[in-house]
Amino acid sequence: MRDTFTETATALLDDDPRTALVLADISASSFAPAAGRHPDRVLNVGIREQLMVGVAGGLALTGLRPIVHSYATFAVDRVYEQLKLDLDHQGVGAVVVSVGASYDGSSMGRTHMSPGDVALLDTLTDWTVHVPGHPDEVPALLRAAANHDDRVYLRLSTATNDLPRPAAGRLMVVHRGTVGAPLVLAVGPMLDPVLHAVTGLDVTVAYTHTPRPFDAAGLRELVGTPSPAAPAVVLVEPYLAGTSSAEVSGALAGVPHRLLALGVGRTDLRRYGSPADHARWHGLDAPGLRRSISAFLD
Amino acid sequence: MTTTATAPDLMVTPATRNRRAGRPARLGPLLRRLTGDEKHAPSAHSTLDVLWVLYDRILRVSPETADSPDRDRFLLSKGHGPAAYYAVLAAKGFFPEDWLDDLAGPESRLGHHPDRTLVPGVEIGTGSLGHGLGLGVGTALGLRAQGLDLPRVYVLLGDAELDEGSNHEAIAYAGATGLATISAIVIDNQSASHGWPGGIASRFTVHGWTAHTVDGRNHDAIETALTSRRPDRPHVVVAVVEPKE
Repeated sequence: MRDTFTETATALLDDDPRTALVLADISASSFAPAAGRHPDRVLNVGIREQLMVGVAGGLALTGLRPIVHSYATFAVDRVYEQLKLDLDHQGVGAVVVSVGASYDGSSMGRTHMSPGDVALLDTLTDWTVHVPGHPDEVPALLRAAANHDDRVYLRLSTATNDLPRPAAGRLMVVHRGTVGAPLVLAVGPMLDPVLHAVTGLDVTVAYTHTPRPFDAAGLRELVGTPSPAAPAVVLVEPYLAGTSSAEVSGALAGVPHRLLALGVGRTDLRRYGSPADHARWHGLDAPGLRRSISAFLD
Repeated sequence: MTTTATAPDLMVTPATRNRRAGRPARLGPLLRRLTGDEKHAPSAHSTLDVLWVLYDRILRVSPETADSPDRDRFLLSKGHGPAAYYAVLAAKGFFPEDWLDDLAGPESRLGHHPDRTLVPGVEIGTGSLGHGLGLGVGTALGLRAQGLDLPRVYVLLGDAELDEGSNHEAIAYAGATGLATISAIVIDNQSASHGWPGGIASRFTVHGWTAHTVDGRNHDAIETALTSRRPDRPHVVVAVVEPKE
């Protein structure tokens, strides 16, 4: 996904003079060719993330469309107040593109992990959040984001599904169970582990790469007219567990339902290892998901 | 104080100019409408003289050009205590003077920190310290990228505001890249808890900015300091006023 982002952003910088890229050293070498062609619009401020977002706010105030890029923990966690004040409060936007989703940087330890990025953005105003599940979903999302002035977060991961589903801006049914079957919502790269986990279960699986704005209407439609038993909804997100619980609750206000929210745990595990190891430890690999979902539905 | 031949910190003393006129008498009543304070003189507002010189003599912006891409930008980074800012904007006609009568009221557009979306002429909403210089650097870069060479970006900070590390990210970057279309003005009322040993200007000049330190009440000195800059470097004016009470 990171390479796809580099290629698409480089093309955007060539094609659209309104776009500008702001970096804080991360990925600067990948964008060296673009920087050579557009020295005024490819800006590497050094290891200065507060300035990275402040500069983006200033660029947007002059009418440009800034793309900000770093590790999630530096592009969101570290600069939370800059996102809040230099973008939201000024009434301007940017496209924030992160790598190092959740525990993608597990071998580098907790300092390079950011499972809480989407939850942090949920405290701010009108952020669109894209969590692509495949590299081929990235170009259209980035191009669309570059074409307006709103606030967009594009969360890139090394975890990917086998197949791209570019049209999944709203909830898209990937596997349909019987009428009234429990509903499993998979966000971004959680789809393939979910599909493996529910093999043989009577559930409907819906997918989206765009959890914000949350597709409340789509969820209500999928839940349909509640049967006598309260419908069961399972939310599987690749970031902090429960991040979208409030969205599901809001969408189903007045509809009796049961909700299981799965995602990354809050605890600093103080372990390195691979992203696959962390998926297992957080119960987000296929066997772990199977255990949680089966226990919930039993 | 760190002073080099290429990045001078020039002390423009009050003696270099002798005219101290310029601040109009009507600013006093405007300030009193905002604050209800009959006791303190207008000079109790540390930023007042610098703001007046900027809007009266320096900035190429008016109510008519407040949205023009080619206007100069003034960014009040030190967003707290904006009474002087509001008084100057009202005096220059950016908004009606009767807006001053209900500061921070439930229907007021003017609060104790300014909001750019509520007040004509206000370029950025501030209050939390240390945001204006980064936004100013971005604004200068955005103007440059669009070929808008005429506008200049002015950012006003306080000496205590410089405690915030975000300022130093912007100071270092602007200096290293020779971002010559930005000017910072630091109102120095000696309010930083731990002071700035070696002076404030040196924090800028060490990164390649040019700097002037002036009497922050002397209008001609302020004007001279703001306009005496080099075409290839960012510029800072440290405006010294009375210590904060």
